[in-house]
Order: sequence, then C-alpha cells, then structure tokens
Amino acid sequence: MLNVFRSKPKYVTVKRSEVEQRKELPDNLWTRCDHCSQMLYNKELEKEMFVCRCGHHFRLSASQRLNMIADEGSFAPFAPLYAADPLNFPGYPEKIQAAQQLTGLDDAVLIGEAKVFDTPVILGVIDFAFIGGSMGSVVGEQLTRGFETAVDKKLPVVIFSGGGGGARMHEGIFSLMQMAKTAQAVGRHSRAGLLFISVLTHPTMGGIYASFASLGDIILAEPGALIGFAGPRIVEETTRQKLPPGFQTAEFALEHGMIDMLVKRPQMRAAIGRLLRYHQRGGRK
Amino acid sequence: MTQVFEWERPLVELEQRIADLHRFVADHGIDCEKELAELEHRAERLRKDIYENLTPFQRVMMARHPKRPTTLDYISMLLDEFDEFHGDRTYRDDGAIVGGVGTFEGTPVTVIGPQKGRDTKENLARNFGLPHPEGYRKALRLMKQAEKFGRPIITFIDVVGAYPGIQAEERGQGLVIAQCIEEMSFIRTPILCIITGEGGSGGALAIGVGDRILMLEHAWYSVISPEMCATILWRDSARAPQAAELLRLTPADLLKFGIIDDVITEPIGGAHRDHAVMGQQMRAFIRRYLAEICKVPVDRLVEERLARFRAIGKFTTERMPIDA
Repeated sequence: MLNVFRSKPKYVTVKRSEVEQRKELPDNLWTRCDHCSQMLYNKELEKEMFVCRCGHHFRLSASQRLNMIADEGSFAPFAPLYAADPLNFPGYPEKIQAAQQLTGLDDAVLIGEAKVFDTPVILGVIDFAFIGGSMGSVVGEQLTRGFETAVDKKLPVVIFSGGGGGARMHEGIFSLMQMAKTAQAVGRHSRAGLLFISVLTHPTMGGIYASFASLGDIILAEPGALIGFAGPRIVEETTRQKLPPGFQTAEFALEHGMIDMLVKRPQMRAAIGRLLRYHQRGGRK
Repeated sequence: MTQVFEWERPLVELEQRIADLHRFVADHGIDCEKELAELEHRAERLRKDIYENLTPFQRVMMARHPKRPTTLDYISMLLDEFDEFHGDRTYRDDGAIVGGVGTFEGTPVTVIGPQKGRDTKENLARNFGLPHPEGYRKALRLMKQAEKFGRPIITFIDVVGAYPGIQAEERGQGLVIAQCIEEMSFIRTPILCIITGEGGSGGALAIGVGDRILMLEHAWYSVISPEMCATILWRDSARAPQAAELLRLTPADLLKFGIIDDVITEPIGGAHRDHAVMGQQMRAFIRRYLAEICKVPVDRLVEERLARFRAIGKFTTERMPIDA
C-alpha cells in the first residue's frame, strides 16, 4: 500500500466539543429511546455506540461516526468549501449559518483521508443535522473530490451516506446535477478497478440514494435505517395504500435484494476492516 | 375541447370573435376588412403580451397541457420509420416509458421517452407517465443496445417524477435511477436529450445525461416540483406558483446556468396548439444537434460529457456572508 499518509504533517482530531453541542442527545444524564421508550443512561449509551438494548441505532453526528470507524488521529479532512446561494433562495444563507453553528461542520459532509486498521482510505460521512444531510453543490463537490483523490492515490472509498435527506431544494437544479456528478465520480473510480464501500445509515433517501450511495461495489446498511427513493409519506399519499410493515427499512432492502449485508454498529469497523482486507491487492489495472 | 388557461381567456375570446366575423363576411359578403384587420392586430398584440410574459408557473401549466405532444407523437412526426421495443428482460414491460429503433432522415437512432396517456384508459395503462424501475431498466437496456450498434440516442423527457409506489420501492427505484445516470454518463455513443414537458427531478435525470441537452420553450426542469417545494416550505401546495419562481426552473434560467444548451421555440400559444409546427421546429433542432455530436470522436464525446457535469456546482472557499 501507499505510504502517503506518513509524510502528512498534520492529523486532525475531531473535537469532542462539537459532539457535545448536539441537541439530539441532550446534556442531561438520561436519554429516552425513540423506539422502545426505555430510559438510557447517557454514559452507558455512549459506551454502547449509541445503540439501545432494544437494538435501535441512534443517529450519530459525522464526527461521532468518524471516531468509531477511523484509526485514532488518522483523519485528515479536505480543505473546506462553503455553500453559495446560486438561486438567491430566501432564507438559505441563514439556514446554512444555523446548520454550521449547530454542527460545527462547513456543510453536510465530513470527508478526507483516513486509515482503518492501518489501511489508507477516503472516508466520508454525511451528517443529518446539517439541513437533513441534503446534497447541494458542496456535498457533491467534496464527494467528487474524494473519489478523484482516491483514483489518484489508488485508494478505496468508504462513504456513510446516512442522513441523506436527498437533494438540497434551496440549490434547485444545481442540487439535482450533483447526482450526475457524484455518480460519474463513482464511475471513474470503479473503472479504475478500485473499491467503493457504501454504508447506508438512517435515513438514506431521495437524491442521495438514487446516485452515488447505490453505486457501491459493496452496499452495507445499519439495522432499522430508512432506505428508499420516495419518502414513505409520499408513497402513502400517492398510492392510498397502507404501507407494509417494515417498509423501506434496511431489513426490507436486504430482503428485496438491494444491499449486501446488514451490519450492526458495534461490528461496523471490523466489517469494513475485513472488506478492505479482501481487496488489499486491488482490482484490474 | 382544448383546455384553456385562465390567462389565455381574453385571447381565446378575441380569436373566437375574429373567426365569427370571418364566417359572417363569407356568409353575407359584407366588407369588414378594416374591422378584421384591427381585431387581428389586437389579437397579435395580446398574444405577444400573454405568451412572452408567462410566469414560471404558467409555463409549468403549459408543460402539463393534456394536448401537449408526447414521445410517441414526436416519434410519429419525426422518424421515417420506427419499431417500438418492449420489456426490461427482467420483470415486465412498463408502458410509462417507450423506446425503440427507427430512422431520423435516414440515420438509425434509438429513441426513448416517458409516455403520458391521452385519456383515462391510456393513462391507467401508462400509469400517468410515471415510470417504475422496470421502465428505467428498459431505457438502460435500449441505451446499451444503441451503444453496441453505434447508434445515436435521442431521449424525449416529459416526466413529473419516478413513480413513488410500494412495488417501485421494492424493486429498487432509487438504485435503478442511479444505475441509469451512471451508465448513461459513460455510454460510447452520441446522446441528445430533449426536455419536452416536465423535467421532474431524478426521474428525469435518469434519462437526461447527454452530450446536448435541449429544452422546449414551455418546459420546466427542477430538483423538485413546485407543488412539493411549496408543501415543504409553507405546508401549502397551493403556493406552488410562488415556489416555481424560487426554483428557477424555466429554460431561460437553465440556459443562463449552463445546464441546457439551447431552447426550442414553440408555436405561439404552446406546442399543443399546433403539433405539426412543433414537429417541424423540433426536426430542425434535432438535425442540427445530432449532426454536431455525431461528428465528434466517441472518446472525446464521453470525456466532454463527463467534464460538462463535473463543472456544475456553485460553492466558495469563504463562508457565505449573511447579508448577501
């Protein structure tokens, strides 16, 4: 494997304070599980990687996810990019600023070079807390740069595309076109014989599911994650049919042949490590 | 009876009066030339006034006019001969997307496009032009076939979106759209995409990655329909006209943004008013752009196609100032 990382001068450790600012898991001692209503002791919950005893996977911030997957201190993020407001959409700049303050992120994706069990990868995580984890120009560009860097350095790519609320409406057609741009970036990476592991976490919908996230060589999903194209409410309203139980869950996607494996959060890092090992020698070319 | 929009009513009434007067002149042999000329002049001014100042949402309504030419209409008007091919070879034939092979002015081409129905019966059979995954799979199959035989591809795009249904989700709607977008990007044959009516989000993009992207004058193309956008923003789909303004979904906007290459003008009052004239206009544009892309060596064509989409996106390296 390439040794480019060792020569890199600085590694960035994601600050804990970012995590603590999050509203999803309040600062008090206990959290109620959305699924089974059980009260969970926060310290315990954190130790269990934010998975309830009932199996419910809590939503993670990008940095929490990163800390669970990357080797400690190995993550070097790409240079930041910021959203423009190409349509002059009312309220968009304010929305961006509020999301930046809430999450400590520049936009909805945190991406860079990292190592997983010493294997260098491009690792990207989408964060739901940033405008629903929607894909605008910044997310599209950063992901594209991720795949391009991976082609240059012959690296595998791992993207956690959960939090994908889909397209970012406020950027209109520019947002739609990111679907093509990212799909093409995956296509070039794939044609270079390189590995892309796409991990679908809660929720992966719309324009994110219908572009790069569906194009992994290997597609993993966390249990219970909502995965689909049209939102369940839209499907219900359009068809006026009662949705079958478990509709659009990761289990449903597995049953219908859309994903390779369900992986529980505590096993995720090991699973990715294994998959990377199987592909250590790379593909053709 | 053709559906008349509210904003067209003064014009339609005036046109009716002119027609009545013509009939009167013919029947009674009375000379009303001066009156007629004046009425015609007024109608002309009114036509210009109405159709050159359509709001974005009025354009959306025009794009949805039930008499607007469909993919099969364009095929019968433009191709010398045509055979429709069916099925995705996996599950079923989806009537909401049609495709096949024919010749355009002597050149074999593959043509693909969503198909809306003309009446309730046909609309039920075609699911109101809302494709299932098998429709997109058929489209992809026909594109691969075109690539194998070095045939150019023309896609006509008029789809409000991929069908949001239970079975559609079970069969991987999102996944298939992703595959279409990805594969179409790398297909080694010229692709001409024409947005003829509605360009609704991923369901349109799935057959919308090409070397030239053209758009009719009264078509729209957006990441989300104005109704859905209004529902998200204000929980009120009745505010769709306002959302249509915000989304910048008109051909003029998209030309300015560099998303499309050219705008095909429609007969005055819209394509539905005169299919034949629309067909002629369309023919001229297809002839010109097809010739243009068929000249380019295929390696360069694919590189340029990828480069075009690679360049789309607006961002900065500085935080956005709030008061901007």
